[in-house]
Amino acid sequence: MKSRRFVLTFPPEATGEPITYNLIRKYDIMVNIVKADVSPGKIGHLVMEMTAPAKVLKEGMAYMEQQNVECVPIDRTITYLEDLCIHCGACSAVCFAGALTMNRKTAELSFEPEKCVVCELCLTACPLKLFSIDLG
Amino acid sequence: MAKKRTIEEINDKIRSGRAVVLTAEQVASMGRESTPAEIAEKVDVVTTGTFGPMCSSGMFINFGHTDPPMRMERVTLNNVPVFAGIAAVDAYIGATETALPYDQYGGAHIIEELIAGREVLLQATAKGTDCYPRTEVKTLISRDTVNEMIMFNPRNAYQNYNVAVNSTTAIKYTYMGTLLPSFGNATFSTSGELSPLLNDPDMRTIGIGTRIFFGGATGYVAWHGTQFNTGKPVNKHGIPLGNAATLALIGDARMMSTRFIRAAYFEKYGVSIFVGVGIPIPVLDEDMARRVMIRNSQIETNIIDYGSPGHDVLGRADYASLFGGEITLNGKKIRTAPLSSVKVAREIADTLREEITAGRFLITEPAEQFQKTSGLNSLDIRL
Repeated sequence: MKSRRFVLTFPPEATGEPITYNLIRKYDIMVNIVKADVSPGKIGHLVMEMTAPAKVLKEGMAYMEQQNVECVPIDRTITYLEDLCIHCGACSAVCFAGALTMNRKTAELSFEPEKCVVCELCLTACPLKLFSIDLG
Repeated sequence: MAKKRTIEEINDKIRSGRAVVLTAEQVASMGRESTPAEIAEKVDVVTTGTFGPMCSSGMFINFGHTDPPMRMERVTLNNVPVFAGIAAVDAYIGATETALPYDQYGGAHIIEELIAGREVLLQATAKGTDCYPRTEVKTLISRDTVNEMIMFNPRNAYQNYNVAVNSTTAIKYTYMGTLLPSFGNATFSTSGELSPLLNDPDMRTIGIGTRIFFGGATGYVAWHGTQFNTGKPVNKHGIPLGNAATLALIGDARMMSTRFIRAAYFEKYGVSIFVGVGIPIPVLDEDMARRVMIRNSQIETNIIDYGSPGHDVLGRADYASLFGGEITLNGKKIRTAPLSSVKVAREIADTLREEITAGRFLITEPAEQFQKTSGLNSLDIRL
């Protein structure tokens, strides 16, 4: 089994297919929607974690491509300029996923990328603007 | 009878390298096993530190005269307007000033660039007078080309500050950071037991003329800060609940470091500046020892709803919980996060401790104590 995160970009015109449903039903991929920004007539984005054997994941990705849904794996989540960080903690305030936390003892910021759900709130919450998103 | 000592006696010990200097955190943990009398006996000076966003900050600058001379009237630095309604080539760079509509770069960034030694674009215009004929100038300036860079901050080092939460269903973007809806988080902004004015809450040793660590250089307390308020209710440990006293600080920005002065932008709020301040507290007697022993669990502050128009007070929290990562409000657990850097505050308190221990930094007797106040005026709209 393999778990990977993807950014799906939907074309503005409806595909006519229930894509997420098919990924689950037809391909048996475990799907976890992390973030969704989809409205009719506009380009839509989904950040989705998909868990399945590697072969099945590949098939699922091929299916999405057929449907004109762009599917880009997120290999890295967010990055920040650690050297410039002052460890104020403002980013940890918005990180509901618990990826950015303050170490009580050292009072330093700690980042656990595997917990990051790419919500992007830290990008604006950092008063020094040290975060950027890296789509891998 | 516990020991009493004067500032002169402490300075004699500092000069001869015999002074016992601890940081406020060290003395707070020492206080778990020692009595105030024992601490008064052993410790001469306690160092404090804070590194948080302090909007009411800025810098006086003197550009030097052109030939022929000019009385600069409209002045910008990297396109950010600076206040030039003073003498010919003097100006004040307000930290929160921006060049609208672009609100993410402002006075704080100019101050940081100048302290870093980088060049900044100066543009100025004037009507021209008989004594100051020149009408415009455009050139590059830097820390090394100007005559003075004097940081003067009308309101810094707040004694305690509120905890911010948001009761609404939408994100609130505030100077207290991004507040998640439905009490999704709580932010706070002091260094707790390390904070200068929480270690001398009655300001017995801090007053006009107190020598301090300021932005990486030596600075001074110039005056009480604006919105100085000693009329706030205090808890049983003598700590005011919420924002109370403040300090106006002055220092030579040319000697400062960007390690301790950093420009900031708070989303949909605007530009601010992180300022590093450290104040040494002389342990004059048992009463001062008791003050500097204060621990995070004994320091409390109000929880304020930044989602309500009147900024309603919803409850109270102590700093042990706030730094611990969670407070409870009406039975609901809320995740907490600081906005002020304890890591850098520690570095400041440590630096100051080293400087004093090495005999390079002496303690000052205030030229004058602060007057007590009985609350603040609010602005009546009378027209």
